[in-house]
Amino acid sequence: MLRRHGWLWTLTMVAHTVPFLVAAGGMVLLEPLAFPVSLAAVAHAWIIPELYAQRGANVVRPKRRRGAPPAEEPDRIALGLLGDLLDHETRTMMHRTGLVLERGTLGVWVVGEAGALLVHPGGRRVHCWCVRVDDPDLPAGDRIAHLLLALRADEEGFATVANQAFAGARWRVRRRLAAHQRPALEAAAKG
Amino acid sequence: MSRLVRMDRTGHTTLAEWTSGDEGSVQDAVDAFRRELDRGFFGVVTTGPGKAEMVRELPVDAELVIMRQPISGG
Repeated sequence: MLRRHGWLWTLTMVAHTVPFLVAAGGMVLLEPLAFPVSLAAVAHAWIIPELYAQRGANVVRPKRRRGAPPAEEPDRIALGLLGDLLDHETRTMMHRTGLVLERGTLGVWVVGEAGALLVHPGGRRVHCWCVRVDDPDLPAGDRIAHLLLALRADEEGFATVANQAFAGARWRVRRRLAAHQRPALEAAAKG
Repeated sequence: MSRLVRMDRTGHTTLAEWTSGDEGSVQDAVDAFRRELDRGFFGVVTTGPGKAEMVRELPVDAELVIMRQPISGG
């Protein structure tokens, strides 16, 4: 299933970019003065996959809370419970990046508050899944713990429930992550 | 001492504590567990490193049982 989804995303990207590139080349061949317009077409071909990758990276972006800032005590308690579910190395990575690494049968997962990245074995392709617990008042640590426990209990069910936001090259998603989150993706790619 | 906790907006709430030899505390924990199931929560126990299992009955011998809410695609 994942392989097929990956190929479908690749085909989607090709379908979005190739027409613009062909149009850009064709315009210059037919009329060299159309060079500025062809540049705009090339820019479109470049920006569309970037926008999709941004959508993919957004699934692990920390969520902004509406209204008053979250209380510190529930966050601390939630992080304590989440820490109890992790080994030392993963806990250290979580404190550093805000993301939890979880090795599964489908690949290595990078779990955030409202979604997860699945790094395919080999590390080249990343699947971005949008999935969350529907309670806006939960502390961030609890939101991650919900996803982590659901993932551990039923990995394929987790991937079925989640909506796929993007699948594509790891380098493309990595560029769109916040700088402090990138080490988690790199660690996942190493397996 | 085993614990039943619910992940909620306070971080987590301890709903029950029991020891397997104490029937009263076990029954209180079973009742609390069922109440949470009725509210739509799922019971989860860790079964090893990186492993967890959903449970429909309170596993009396588990050290920690966590109640979580359902997840959905965003």
